[in-house]
This record gives sequence, C-alpha cells and structure tokens, in this order.
Amino acid sequence: MAEKKIRVMVAKPGLDGHDRGARVLARCFRDAGFEVIYTGCHQTPEQIASAAIQEDVDVVGLSCLSGAHRYLFPAVAKLLKEQGAGDITVVGGGIIPEQDFKLLYDAGLKALFVPGATLDSIVAWFKTNVKPRD
Amino acid sequence: MMEKVRKIKSGDVRTASRLIRNLEDGMDEARATMKHLFPLTGHSHVIGITGSPGAGKSTLVDGLVESFRKKEKTVGVLAVDPTSPFTGGAILGDRIRMQRHAEDPGVFVRSLATRGALGGLAKAVGDAIHIMDVMGKDIVIVETVGTGQQEVEIINHSHTVIVVLIPGMGDEIQAIKAGILEIADLFVINKADREGSSKLRRELMAMLDMAPASAFPAGWRPPILKCENAFEPVGFVKSLEEMSQTIEDHYQHLVKHDLLGSRMHRKAAVELNEAIRCAVLEPVLDALVANGDLERMVGQLLKKETDPYTLAEEIAQRYLKARP
Repeated sequence: MAEKKIRVMVAKPGLDGHDRGARVLARCFRDAGFEVIYTGCHQTPEQIASAAIQEDVDVVGLSCLSGAHRYLFPAVAKLLKEQGAGDITVVGGGIIPEQDFKLLYDAGLKALFVPGATLDSIVAWFKTNVKPRD
Repeated sequence: MMEKVRKIKSGDVRTASRLIRNLEDGMDEARATMKHLFPLTGHSHVIGITGSPGAGKSTLVDGLVESFRKKEKTVGVLAVDPTSPFTGGAILGDRIRMQRHAEDPGVFVRSLATRGALGGLAKAVGDAIHIMDVMGKDIVIVETVGTGQQEVEIINHSHTVIVVLIPGMGDEIQAIKAGILEIADLFVINKADREGSSKLRRELMAMLDMAPASAFPAGWRPPILKCENAFEPVGFVKSLEEMSQTIEDHYQHLVKHDLLGSRMHRKAAVELNEAIRCAVLEPVLDALVANGDLERMVGQLLKKETDPYTLAEEIAQRYLKARP
C-alpha cells in the first residue's frame, strides 16, 4: 500500500531556548498526520541542515524568538542548497518584524508565521504547499 | 538504478535516506533497488537496544556512538518511535539526544515511525539496516520504541541485543516472566544511582542462575552492567566504554564460536516472511479495499451475517488459485 507521508523537521536554531511554541507545533503536525522530527533547542544551522538531509524531510520549520532569525534562517536555507538539498522547503516562525520579511523570502524561505498565526492556518499552509516528493 | 546503488555504496546520505523513505512508503521501485543491494550486505555489526519508555535508550545510543567514534568506527543509527493509531502522525524525538553527532560525517542517524508495525520496530527497519550496511557503516545501532514485555522483534535483526532496565519497575515475579528479558545478550541497569538498582541486579542474577545452559549460546551468559547517571559525565563515559567493550566482546564471541550464522538464519527467515507478505498479502488487501469488498465484509461481520473465518477462506479461494 503505497502512501507518501509528509515528513517535517521542527528545529530551534541558535541560543534561544523558548521551545514551547515549537513543541506545540510538533504535536499539532503529528495530529495532522505528518511524521515530525524534533531536534531540540540550541542547534547550529549546520546541525539542522545535516539532520534534515539525514532524515529526508519535505520541510524544515525553524522557530526563533530571540531576534537572530535574520542570520540563522538564511544560513539554514543556504546550507541546504549547498548540499544539494535545495528542494527541501524552509519556513520560519517566531517574533519576526515585518521589515525582515523581504530579507528572509529573498533568502529562500517559503513562509513566515508570526504571533497571531493560528495552528489551523499553519497546518492548512503545509497541506496546500508541501507536496511529498515525486 | 545502478547509479543509486553506486551512490549508496559510496555512502551518499541523501540517496540512502530517500531510499529508506521510499521503502517506508511501500514504493515498488524502491524494492527493485533492494534487489541489487541485498547481495552486498553482511559487513556491519548490528546492535539492538530495547527497553521501556524513558529508560534512557536514546541517551545510551548517543554515548555508544561517541565511544565507537573514538575507536574510529563509522556508525549508523535507526531510531524508531511510535505512529499514532488515530492520525497516522508521529513525533520522532530520539534524535534530540544525538544531535551533537549531526555534523560528523561518520555518523548517520535516521528516525523511523512504526506505522502500525508490531513488535517494537518499523516495517522498513530490516531494509534500512541493509542500506546502512552497504553504505559501509561498521556499526548499525537500532533503537526500538519504548517496549513492554513482548516486543522482541529486535532479536530478528541484531547480532547483539541490549536490554535497558531501570530500578523500581516491579517485583521479582517480573524477572521470571517470558519475553523481553530472554532476548538480552547484555543487560544495562540504567540510572543506577537510583534506589533499587542493587536489588534489580540481584533479581537478574537469580533469573540467569535459573536459566538452562542452552539459554547461553557457547557459554555466553549475558553480563549485567550498571550505567551511571548521564549528568555525571565522568562516570557515564566510563560506563559507556565498558558497554561498548562488552558489545565488541559479544561480537567476537559470535565469530569465534561460529554463531553469526544462526543469528542470521533467523533474520533471513523473517525477511522472507515479510517479503512474502508484501508480495502476496498486500496486493490482495489493496484489491479488497479498492473494490469496497473489505468494507462490505466488515459490515457483514458487525451484523453477524457471517464470520471472519469463512470470509478469509472465501478470499483465499478467490485469490490463491494454485493452492497445494
């Protein structure tokens, strides 16, 4: 019975240790029927990119509440591209001011979820935009 | 296809992980690739780690990886976590304990969800072990889901089985029950600084003392190791070094007494069994689901119009034409 499951990695780059939101999302993705790999806090972009490739995920969801998203999110996207895994979708969430959106989208992020985004809307975005690989 | 085989032989993580995924998803083309990989397998030492949820399996795996890396061995890890029976989703969290190895090219960690498989493993585990084997990993560590008493499937896939126990999980009657305690080549009493670890050790000793000699192949009586608190780095690292040495001793024991063959006989039989299930049972179930027969039959059962035994016989007659 062939069934292509969506695999998602939820990762927290950098020194930010506030992972309640990331854990809630992980649970929520589980309930949406995805397989969710959670890396825990304090990850370097290198660790996240490498883990995403080892786990063959469709999406990497980055969570950062410390303000370091401007550096950390593009770094993950860049490393994935360099390692031949540019097809892995990268999205981000956290406290991200609107003026940073352009920089992050230009760096290759496909969506940003900021305070106020509902769990339903995030899952809906994943279901619409993340297609399991060919 | 041969390109894929070549890439996996050269250790390419992306290709290997994708192939594992295609196998998990049950894609025919992935099985075709396995036909080419199977003859290349048989080099890795496969270590199974099992024990109850929260016993510390992932932390021990992380420590073992470090200890094997110090000896310059390459390591593959397959970490299994449960799939929700309701949504089909899963949280694969074993990796959290192992992330410090994420950047080490000598370590490949892959998480798998059970997807309904019983026995504490995922259906694709056997094939994933083969893939890591062909990639050239010296050691492949398989971590089961948190197990209870009966999930003994790991023995069919490993050369060395480690059963991780923690103090305070029950009285001495637990130690004479059948099941998981019988499959250990090595016991680890984890969190040994907690109260009750000496009592647990005594109970395991008594259990082993009562076992018939035939339970110890060529005289290998499972050692019982204690592992110190992982937050006390010095003691923990020492415990892990003792553990990895015992694991290697066990492998040498298997080699010396020509016992690898009998372990692998079991694995081969299980793999054949699984392949038959894929090739014979799944197409039948797929067909029954597709034409709506399965749902109709469940309805008949609920109304007691017939029974599962009669229905199964009918299906067998319909689909298995060349019955002996």
